[in-house]
Amino acid sequence: MMIARFLAAATAKLITAMAWVVTGVTANWQGCTPSASPRVYFANHGSHGDFVLIWSVLPALLRRRTRPVAGADYWQRDWVRRYIGASVFNALLIERDRTGRSTDPVQQMTDVLQAGSSLILFPEGTRNTTDERLLPFRGGLYHLARRCPEVEFVPVWIEHLNRVLPKGEVIPVPLLCTVTFGAPIRLLPGEEKSAFLDRARDGLLALGTRYSERHV
Amino acid sequence: MSATHQAVWLFGGIALTLAVASVIGRRLARAPGGDSNPAVENLNARIKAWWVMVAFIAAAFLVGEGGVIVLFALASFAALREFLTLTDTRRGDHMALAAMFFVVLPLQYWLIWIEWYGLYAIFIPVYVFLLQPILVSLRGDTGRFMLRVAEVQWGVMVTVYCLSHVPALLTLEIPEFDGNNLLLVAFLVLVVQASDVLQYVWGKLIGRHKVAPTLSPSKTWEGLVGGVASATAIGAALWWITPFSIAEAAAMALVVTIMGFFGGLVMSAIKRDRGVKDWGRMIEGHGGMLDRLDSVVFAAPVFFHAVRYGWTI
Repeated sequence: MMIARFLAAATAKLITAMAWVVTGVTANWQGCTPSASPRVYFANHGSHGDFVLIWSVLPALLRRRTRPVAGADYWQRDWVRRYIGASVFNALLIERDRTGRSTDPVQQMTDVLQAGSSLILFPEGTRNTTDERLLPFRGGLYHLARRCPEVEFVPVWIEHLNRVLPKGEVIPVPLLCTVTFGAPIRLLPGEEKSAFLDRARDGLLALGTRYSERHV
Repeated sequence: MSATHQAVWLFGGIALTLAVASVIGRRLARAPGGDSNPAVENLNARIKAWWVMVAFIAAAFLVGEGGVIVLFALASFAALREFLTLTDTRRGDHMALAAMFFVVLPLQYWLIWIEWYGLYAIFIPVYVFLLQPILVSLRGDTGRFMLRVAEVQWGVMVTVYCLSHVPALLTLEIPEFDGNNLLLVAFLVLVVQASDVLQYVWGKLIGRHKVAPTLSPSKTWEGLVGGVASATAIGAALWWITPFSIAEAAAMALVVTIMGFFGGLVMSAIKRDRGVKDWGRMIEGHGGMLDRLDSVVFAAPVFFHAVRYGWTI
């Protein structure tokens, strides 16, 4: 047990160190500061490495208590992914397939938050490979906000990682990445689903705009 | 005096200078309102970073030629990464970009290691110049093709080719200077960096008239003249570690400081164009690797060729 835990911690260190060598990632705490209370970090999703990058810029103490939410179908496909997903990063695996699923993802996430951990969530639901900056958000973020009205939802913009390893490429290209944390939002009393999702999406987009304007 | 002795004296002198700077920095921070003054804070961050940078260079010197080549290869890697982050590459560039990092960069430094001047002098400007657009065109994405190709090529020229001319100094065969080439590297880096620091100091003290207000508000004529003059004096005073006479050392120092100045100006223009203040955040107080090396990059090839045509057989 001890050895397994040590190995998992060492693997995590190795993966985050590799991510740092390639991306030199830096954190921008623009709208908030690190906090120990349970939070939902919701981010844009362009690469499999997204959660690693967010995870690695969090203060070490918070890392242990921050769990990425990931699709079970992908992260259970082989033993390497099972190991990295479950043991190394303590991912919360959810069943994405609506029909035939036996667990309720929103309930799973609520349980984790109530147990005092934070979550990393990608509300686009899948990796964005289009030229759009952000895909439409799935509804899960809203349902989670309704069950956990006291939890802070922090938008997190990841810049450039989609250029480091675009879909279908094998060799990463070293480019500098930044992870920008915006101002937290909460569900307002009586706020509709679409209004909340729009507000969350705009908040996230606003973080990227300033940095990306020059690419136009 | 042997090369080792000279290196010890040189690094001793640098350490002494930094020690004096550290003491002054600490005094300034302790003065009333000093510790909350951003300029003082930045100064102290810079001095601390200088200690680290000098330690890295000293360690590379201790390892010898291989150490210096590896150090500059790593610096090129960091600089290329900073440069390409600010270019507008697309998915179609991916293979070509990977080739720049993992083939071109190591190959250039390997050619320097085996001292193959005939190839390392033309490898990037001729062969990579042709190879890179070939790789890009294979992916079939023609959008902004010329722009993408040009940006990447220029980045590789500046951050890999030009910078590799610093360790390339080790390959020059200078009569009666055998085994001392590391000191040429030290001379170049020291004079260029001293010029940067002194331009900043003179500019802060008496700077009034801006050289290029649209590019860089911190570069003034007073800073330029004062910095170049005092860095030239330092270069002349360092003649004893070089194969140059005092007058020659001064002339060399003058050339590299002027090239260094314009290097800083050109790289500022790029940053302005991209709307960023610094190339990166690698070195505290200094910004990125390119913020520190922009002047070295422009000075190195000129210094290399001047030494090669004037002092080698």
